[in-house]
Amino acid sequence: MNPVEFGLAAAVAVGLAGTVAALLVPRPARPGVTGACVAVAGALGLTAGIAAVTGVTWSVHLPAVLPLAGVDLAVDGLSGVFLAVAGAVAVAAGIYGIGYARHGLDGRAVQAAFPMFVLSLLLVPAAGGVGTFGLCWELMALSSLILVLAEHRRRPAVASAGLWYAVMTHLGFVAILVGLLVAAGPADGGSFAAIRAAAPGLPPAVAGLAFMACLVGFGSKAGIVPLHAWLPRAHPEAPSHVSALMSAAMVNLGVYGVVRVGIDLLGGGPRWWWLLTLAVGAVSAVYGILQAVVAGDLKRLLGHSTTENMGLVLVGVGACGLFTVDGEAVLAALALTAALLHVIGHAAFKTLLFLSAGSVLHATGTRDLDALGGLRARMPATTAAFGLGALAASALPPGTAFVSEWLLLQSLVHGLPAAGVVASIVLPLGVAAVALTAGLAVATFVKAFGVGFLARPRGSGAAGARESPPTMLAGMALAAAACVGLAIAPMLVLPALAQVAGTLTRTGPPVSGAVTIELDGVAGAMSPVLLAAALVAGCVVVVVLVRVSAARPARRETRLWDCGGGPLTERMQYTATSFAEPLQRVFDNVLQPVQDIEVTHHRESQYLVEAVAYRRRVPDRIERRLYEPVLAAVAAWGRAGRRLATGSVHLYLGFGFAVLCGAFVMLVVTR
Amino acid sequence: MNPLGVAGGVLQAVVIVGGAPLVVGLMRQIRARLEGRAGAGVAQPWRDLRKQLRKQPASPRGTSEIYRSAPVLLVATTLVVAVVAPFVTTASALPAVADLFVVVALLALGTVMIALAGIDTGTAFGGMGASREVTILALVEPTVLVAIFALSVRAGSTNLSAIVGSVLDDPARLVSPASLLAAVALVVVIVAETGRLPVDNPATHLELTMVHEAMVLEYAGPDLALVELGSAMRLSVYLGLLANLFVPWGVATGPGVAALAVGVAAFAVKVTLLAAALALAEVFLAKLRLFRVPELLAGSFLLALLSVTTAYVLV
Repeated sequence: MNPVEFGLAAAVAVGLAGTVAALLVPRPARPGVTGACVAVAGALGLTAGIAAVTGVTWSVHLPAVLPLAGVDLAVDGLSGVFLAVAGAVAVAAGIYGIGYARHGLDGRAVQAAFPMFVLSLLLVPAAGGVGTFGLCWELMALSSLILVLAEHRRRPAVASAGLWYAVMTHLGFVAILVGLLVAAGPADGGSFAAIRAAAPGLPPAVAGLAFMACLVGFGSKAGIVPLHAWLPRAHPEAPSHVSALMSAAMVNLGVYGVVRVGIDLLGGGPRWWWLLTLAVGAVSAVYGILQAVVAGDLKRLLGHSTTENMGLVLVGVGACGLFTVDGEAVLAALALTAALLHVIGHAAFKTLLFLSAGSVLHATGTRDLDALGGLRARMPATTAAFGLGALAASALPPGTAFVSEWLLLQSLVHGLPAAGVVASIVLPLGVAAVALTAGLAVATFVKAFGVGFLARPRGSGAAGARESPPTMLAGMALAAAACVGLAIAPMLVLPALAQVAGTLTRTGPPVSGAVTIELDGVAGAMSPVLLAAALVAGCVVVVVLVRVSAARPARRETRLWDCGGGPLTERMQYTATSFAEPLQRVFDNVLQPVQDIEVTHHRESQYLVEAVAYRRRVPDRIERRLYEPVLAAVAAWGRAGRRLATGSVHLYLGFGFAVLCGAFVMLVVTR
Repeated sequence: MNPLGVAGGVLQAVVIVGGAPLVVGLMRQIRARLEGRAGAGVAQPWRDLRKQLRKQPASPRGTSEIYRSAPVLLVATTLVVAVVAPFVTTASALPAVADLFVVVALLALGTVMIALAGIDTGTAFGGMGASREVTILALVEPTVLVAIFALSVRAGSTNLSAIVGSVLDDPARLVSPASLLAAVALVVVIVAETGRLPVDNPATHLELTMVHEAMVLEYAGPDLALVELGSAMRLSVYLGLLANLFVPWGVATGPGVAALAVGVAAFAVKVTLLAAALALAEVFLAKLRLFRVPELLAGSFLLALLSVTTAYVLV
């Protein structure tokens, strides 16, 4: 039996069993059973994905399952990458969810939606036709919506987040359907194979419309600026293991859609498609990380960082398309390899970061960085996990994102000599955007880790924190292992990814080597293993030299220097807000923060100050400029419509008559 | 990994560890003389290090292993760069690590560890220094990478040895506008990254102006020695990179004791000259206000971007 077929079929069976079990099993055992089913389904999906990446393909047409179109499933290398990522994230999230769900998340609906969500994440990349794809996509949207709303009784913000998410995901779905249907119009049926065969015959304007609609729809799922508004709302309000699944597995499918439709189904396209993709990617990366660096909410910060990382992936995809247009197949494959590696790396570290943020939330009851701190002594495992994730996310060696960003920069560097005039302007700007993103990501994660976990607790929640239960730690440990593996030995996955990228861009794999990543076709080599080994060796040499030369090795505990003013208090520490203040001031024109300072004077003398209140908010500027006018217009339209509905039946009958007459007149005129 | 690379790598590490405090001492001495003071002598930083190493290690209450391991990592990252980058010889001990992006990221890792240690102390000074340092780091990164981009386009690779080799093969490229613009951009970056005037004043202990010193205020004893040594090594490494990226002559390309000796001498002369020039310039410069520093860095970013564009247009 085909391993892909077996893995997928078994995953669907186990996932459905998990849903049924969640509805039947009594409350105490429910999280355990669902979590186990999700983890097993994820593992099966992972094996199917790995089999597909290594070259096993599988496709099937089941006409009896769905009326009219039937179900088409087709798994190739590209599907395999996203299938494997979704499966791996599900394994960690499923195990973690067992412990996490004890706190009011063991209701029937939530527990039943969890396996359905994972199932839909596995099926979307496996879909091989427009109908099947739409069905799985909608299943994913609905099941994730139920999960986002899981804690709606506790916080009023959840309902608003759910509304934003529901509306934007469905508008995105409409755009995707329009795009896919336009592309499928001249094709013989709705299967992807038929669309691929008919694509060369599409007029450029029609193909452009299809691509644009798909870019909008998939971009909104990937949280790309300016369609990102739902992401920093829904991610913090969802339960943390669901945030991990959404941020590490679901948003990837937006990238999958762009690659599948743009590069695979429509077979490339003109230059402007990819310039646009690259531009929105670069803007998203910079804007996302700028919002993250000033964010004070730990999970919101991670949500903005997802926008940043998807932006970087789209820079890679855009560069791939651009190089394909210029006939530089090797560079195109290299850029796509970098993008796919970044998807995998991002999935690993974002899972880890969201799971550890959930562990913090669970233990302290707050997500506000200004009230955290001092978790190193109280939650050592969670602190280690978050620190590892932060290192991976900030593109520093030896970290996960460093390897993929290095590959991405290599493709951009080598693209310049061969580029035309447009690309010679775009590529340096792309490098600058990636570089600014890398720098700001360092600042973001130094803030998140340093202020959130080190020093002393700034609030009572953090002061009384306890380490999380073992199942949660086990989920985090799995994600941490993936992070370390990808950072030290990316060559475990890179050859397979390079093969997938090479196949899509119709050339050979752009990367080879075992210990060292060697680029094929262009000069460039880098070895994460040797780099890590050199760092370890360097540390050992330094420690040994210090031990040898130091006279008195025993370490002494001392007081902090307090300027002679008595012991320092927790309130004297820098907070997340004060940490990010210089950067906020530097990017004042972009962020446009709103600050109020209220000084209350003493009643007897206005020269004496009684209290100072400082409030700062960084509202999302794009949201204010773009969404508020649209929302206001929709509301005005609704109010105008209300005038028609006066409650008079005669008037309604009159409307009916008028519309009927109008339709007849139109028929007469057009015939 | 060839014998020349390994020998050169060990030699480079020894030269930089031994010479970096002397470079700092030289800069202080030049400054002292120009200000009309006698100065403490070129070897004073080494005497300070010896004194600090003999003291008992101390950690403030409430700090974690981040605080204790940061100085080690600061020195270790710089040491790795000192071994792999082409300072004395173009044959690298680990060619797969001698990539310009890797080197820059490694040096940034050291900065980040010290910033985390600053936050870890839980004092206002530590947080303040970390916040300022990370702000500067975030703004310097784009300039560095774009300047690297300009240099690599010329060489067709981001490998340091390849870049240095391409300049040796074709010296005419050095006087191109692209190269000069990139050099100016990198000078600004190096001043910012190593905490020199006008971005940071290494001699200050005034809270309004401190950046690097604020982060490391709590360190004492051997830890402080490592921090000081690490900072001095970073300065030498950056100056050495600047020297060999733009004026690589003297660097050993073939095996032989004589070639290595010439390489060491050339490297020492180049770094000394650059350090002397930097010290000379610092006498005439005042520290910029912290919020004027981004303007300086934005200017250098513009130069780096222009450098890439001219590299493309004027090739």
